[in-house]
Amino acid sequence: MSAKLEITEPGHWRSLQELAGSKELEDVVHREFQIGASEWKDPVSRRKFLKLMGASMALAGVSACTRQAAERIVPYVRQPEELIPGKPLFFASALTLAGYARGVLVETHEGRPTKIEGNPEHPASLGASDIFMQAEILVLYDPDRSQAILNNGQISTWESFLGYLTGRTQNWKTDRGAGLRLLTRHETSPTFVDQMQHLMSKYPAAKWHEYEPVATGDPIYHFDKAEVIFSIGGDFLSWGPASLKYQRDFAAWRRATDRPGSMNRLYVVESTPSITGAMADHRLALSPDRIARLVREIQTRLESNEIASSVQQAKFISALVADLQQHTGKSLVIAGEHEAPAIQEFARWCNELLRNVNQTVEYSAPTAMRGGLAELVNDINAGGVKALLIIGGNPVYDAPVDLEFGKTLDKVPISIHMGLYANETAEHCQWHIPEAHALESWSDACAFDGTATIMQPVIEPLFAGKSRHQLLAALLEDAASDSYDLVRAYWQTQLPAPDFEKLWRKSLYGGVVVNWREPIKGSSFGGTQTLPLGAEISGLYLLIRADPHIGDGMFSNNAWLQELPKPLTKLVWDNAALISPATAERLQLASEDLVLLKYRGRSVQAPVWVLPGQADDCVTVHLGYGRARAGNVGSGVGFNVNALRTSDALWGGPGLQIEKTGQRHTLVTTQHHYMMEDRHLVRAGTVAEFEKNPASITRTDEPPPAKADTLYGNYRYKDRAWGMAIDLNTCIGCNACTIACQAENNIPVVGKEQVAAGREMHWIRVDRYFIGGVQDPKVFHQPVPCMHCENAPCELVCPVGATVHSEEGLNQMVYNRCIGTRFCSNNCPYKVRRFNFLEYDANRFESPISLKLMRNPDVTVRSRGVMEKCTYCVQRINAVKIEAEKANRAIRDGEITPACAQACPAEAIIFGDINDPNSRVAKLRASPLNYALLQELNTRPRTTYLAKLRNPNPEVEKA
Amino acid sequence: MVAPGHNSESVTQKISSIVLERPIMLGWLGGFTVAFGLLMMLNIAIGWLLIKGVGVWGINIPVAWGFAIVNFVWWIGIGHAGTFISAILLLLHQDWRTSINRFAESMTLFAVACAGMFPLLHLGRPWVFYWLLPYPDTMGLWPQWRSPLVWDVFAVGTYLTVSLIFWYVGMVPDLATMRDRAIRRPVQLVYGIIALGWRGSARHWKRFHAAYLLLAGLATPLVLSVHSVVSLDFAVAMVPGWHSTIFPPYFVAGAIFSGFAMVLTLAVPIRKFYGLQDFITIRHLENCAKIMLATGLMVAHGYITEGFMSWYSDDKFDIYMTLNRIFGPYAPAYWLLILCNVIVPQAIWFKKIRTNPAILFVIALLVNVGMWTERFVIVVTSLHRDFLPSAWGIYDATQWDWMTLLGSFGLFLSLLFLFLRVLPAISIAEMRTLIREQKEASK
Repeated sequence: MSAKLEITEPGHWRSLQELAGSKELEDVVHREFQIGASEWKDPVSRRKFLKLMGASMALAGVSACTRQAAERIVPYVRQPEELIPGKPLFFASALTLAGYARGVLVETHEGRPTKIEGNPEHPASLGASDIFMQAEILVLYDPDRSQAILNNGQISTWESFLGYLTGRTQNWKTDRGAGLRLLTRHETSPTFVDQMQHLMSKYPAAKWHEYEPVATGDPIYHFDKAEVIFSIGGDFLSWGPASLKYQRDFAAWRRATDRPGSMNRLYVVESTPSITGAMADHRLALSPDRIARLVREIQTRLESNEIASSVQQAKFISALVADLQQHTGKSLVIAGEHEAPAIQEFARWCNELLRNVNQTVEYSAPTAMRGGLAELVNDINAGGVKALLIIGGNPVYDAPVDLEFGKTLDKVPISIHMGLYANETAEHCQWHIPEAHALESWSDACAFDGTATIMQPVIEPLFAGKSRHQLLAALLEDAASDSYDLVRAYWQTQLPAPDFEKLWRKSLYGGVVVNWREPIKGSSFGGTQTLPLGAEISGLYLLIRADPHIGDGMFSNNAWLQELPKPLTKLVWDNAALISPATAERLQLASEDLVLLKYRGRSVQAPVWVLPGQADDCVTVHLGYGRARAGNVGSGVGFNVNALRTSDALWGGPGLQIEKTGQRHTLVTTQHHYMMEDRHLVRAGTVAEFEKNPASITRTDEPPPAKADTLYGNYRYKDRAWGMAIDLNTCIGCNACTIACQAENNIPVVGKEQVAAGREMHWIRVDRYFIGGVQDPKVFHQPVPCMHCENAPCELVCPVGATVHSEEGLNQMVYNRCIGTRFCSNNCPYKVRRFNFLEYDANRFESPISLKLMRNPDVTVRSRGVMEKCTYCVQRINAVKIEAEKANRAIRDGEITPACAQACPAEAIIFGDINDPNSRVAKLRASPLNYALLQELNTRPRTTYLAKLRNPNPEVEKA
Repeated sequence: MVAPGHNSESVTQKISSIVLERPIMLGWLGGFTVAFGLLMMLNIAIGWLLIKGVGVWGINIPVAWGFAIVNFVWWIGIGHAGTFISAILLLLHQDWRTSINRFAESMTLFAVACAGMFPLLHLGRPWVFYWLLPYPDTMGLWPQWRSPLVWDVFAVGTYLTVSLIFWYVGMVPDLATMRDRAIRRPVQLVYGIIALGWRGSARHWKRFHAAYLLLAGLATPLVLSVHSVVSLDFAVAMVPGWHSTIFPPYFVAGAIFSGFAMVLTLAVPIRKFYGLQDFITIRHLENCAKIMLATGLMVAHGYITEGFMSWYSDDKFDIYMTLNRIFGPYAPAYWLLILCNVIVPQAIWFKKIRTNPAILFVIALLVNVGMWTERFVIVVTSLHRDFLPSAWGIYDATQWDWMTLLGSFGLFLSLLFLFLRVLPAISIAEMRTLIREQKEASK
């Protein structure tokens, strides 16, 4: 044991906890007899004895599992006098996505963070969360995170690194930092930027480069004001720093129960299906060259009102243009970040023309001062770089392949990498410093709109990570070397001094820095020329996109996200080359065929997946897979698209060739069948139909039998009767509910093979159905949790009464009583029950010790051989019930929120008491759009759906 | 019914000598070795299952029941022939049953033993199987009586108990014969103990006949009830393809159908290898074949009715289920069952065929395969595509599924081989009665 026992402040066992996170101690935990124990007879054993005692004390700390958060952080809600065991505390902080902050509330149990929720007061979250936010908790506890400072692959210490750095800083001071380069991802942290500015003034010859593999330089949209939206490949609902806000604003327009007549209208033109495209009222699937021609026609039309008769989509164009022109100032044209610059410019031109700028869209100028990656590579190759610090990121893996970043990096004399993982880049660097997770250290970050959040740690670093601020402080030879001091010192310069303490506390408490905002510089527009009319391309297009769940690879080692069925394809644990059914037929390819993708002299092997709705002649591949050093979960999964990605074609382009290999690769999907088979599972109609006859949308062939027609008698509910309504109008199919449920309910990951065997464990799944032709189908999403049926077929057939009806109408699962006949699952028409076919808690995804700390203590971890399913988050219901009973009051509507509903950015899931006619859920159930899934079976579900309405332009689509 | 030239002495000698005098033959040893090997494989399969959990099988969501339930229903069906032959034919005074009832009853017992194993193994937590029983639990817990699985426990339990007692009681006079004819002391002792002191007095015989008839009366409704209850495991559920009122009679007919197929499968080789052609005559085989044909036609009627009902119901789920069976991914299984259960048995209409033991053996084997396939089709194809297309899946049996199925043959055959070795395979007492009655009739 080399750890020191030092007590910094009386009563705080800070170092013990740091000690507990150390690698050595982990070894001690796993070892029956400690290293010292076998050397007990050593003559110099007194020192060893003391060391052992130290280790034992630390062990006692570990075994108690109480990682007490530091004392200076401020709980957000329900702040108790002192910590009460069994009561969670919530802390406001933020997590970043592509550098931008999204406010979170972190639920901690006895000092262990267990769940992340959105912060309702943060503009980029509004209380909602997405899959990345939810899955971040798994990153925190990921045992594959880097756990030690590495010097040329050997374990080293922070002190020896500092010693090494001191030698270098002396040199930089004399040569003004010539040859010193820093490479970061996109940074919005005011403290970090401030530190960098100090660094640049200290070493004026140094330079800061920034590289974000999937950058989002999008303007800020105001969907709350946009009545007509035209998106050209812009997937604003799924990915981006502001996507949660966009989803909320967009959903508000689609909530048919509020104002069916005033729904917004979304036109989408895209090459590869996205969840935004799935929400469109009119969607065209076109290859990029055809999109360019279409856009050109639209431009002509907008400029001169000429009718372009030659174009196929004349009806679409004229309807769209008319719609846009009727809604000047209330329309919005969006170009996705993957589209050609000309199209981006067109979008801006349109918005200027339609007077949308500063109404529905705000453009901002990119922040200067930072160089790019290509520039850095040039400088390295020219020999001008002597030392490179890579803070975060993984350029060796995700840099464009033509930059050959790995080889280039090897040429740099001094290379230092700081990151959460000892990844591909760390392998090429002399030093690797484990980075503290965002939940482990003090920092700050700005949201898409410039709102700043001070990120407070909720746990001491599990794996002895250091923060970026500490690294920069070391470079700056700053006296303050503690992140807390650094962040606080920065904000002392920003917030007015007399009230600083008050504002600081308030900012921490609320999760948003009070009265402070990063200014956003507006950008001027120079006008556009006529779009170059692209030639028609005959070959195949390669389209490179960020993976909807893994992103650019930063979540490769996240088993939750790997096992989460991807929107539209429902694939798990793999990426694939997506092609349209017609192209597949033309090339004689079938799903799971392994092909060689050849693009600009480079090639990669990929399995094919045929996806309805994909534009013909387009092959979409997703980044983030094929990692060599992701960790136990993500290494070797999928194929690496970066091998085809060059700096001049970041999102692909024409000229792709496909070669069959004759081999097959098993792809696993959770939904094999995409048709509805004429079953009225998702009820849908148009706004016009609804206005004509509201009941027509949900009419049914066969009404269920009368309530009295039952052998066993009906249940009576004196008090409360819980129910849920899911609005299919607002559900965008983002999967946030599934991951939120997984985090809340300790749902295990089972791995690719088990999912292939049909044994995924998600309690709420998002079904997707395609309707219409395979070329351009309409897509419907339907989240399916347990229906909590009044006449529950499962309850009837359980021989031991392990699934029973509660007095509030919950269909409860009693794990202890379950013997695992699985009859309940067979008899469940919704197939929402999940069975522990094996001891999933002991598999390689669930067994690491650190993950045990993540478990929600309010939810049982299920053993092998028992059935489980959605409980409506009964632990949350009971927590509120207890509080209400203590206060002798009724439970307020909305006081209980299941994890899925809490996460849902579109507020599509509403939970409450259906016995209370004034509750939101009771009102929704009274809506003419309300229907029960498979109601003809007389299960009488408590979970009901609101039928989906579309708002097509009558010019294009006759009702 | 018995070949001419036999008297009480020769019958007794012939049947008892198989056990008492005949040395262990190479054929028996070889057969037993194979059966025992399969039994050991079953042990391995069960061991692995208990170590890892039911996930070693191919079951999943939606197909949460697989081979285990298919095997259970199949074995329990096979078990029906024994009781049918012993009890119903006894009550109906069908004397020809005499020569086959003992091994048919044994077959029943062994088949029920095989069957009974599966519902326990298929539990997620088999070590708490006793929660299915109504016992005075300290927490006041009780089985959930609306579930057909609870009814099943009682139906199968009752059937096993009654079959066992019936089989044993019927064997008591024979065990006494064995005791009396045994030469070696230990053998005499063992048979003596299990013969319960039978001395063959008139009072013994009177009470024996009364008890045997009573047991037959008790067993008779069980033939109908057991498989009816087993069928309710499916019929009570709402799964298309399961939810059908035709299931109880249809399952009973299928059970007797497969039971007689198994009787033939066993009788043909046994009469050949043990030289029992005099006792198990062609007429026996023919009668079994006729019952098989009759029950086979009932089963075929069941198939037609199922198809008709799903059309007539106009229920989209039911119609899809039927079409999916016929044309879906498991269509080969469906057509195999039609071939084996409907088409092949029609050959029995021809006297030449039903009096040819070799051909009957093949037909019986095919019917066995067909009936197993039928249960596979009912269990798997109904589950794999039910109401929500999003939840549809596919079921692939794993090696452990197959090992358990083949291993259950091992258990069955091992018990059968041991039975042939240590117990009289044909009821000696009843054969003697039969010969006397035949003689009296011919006078």
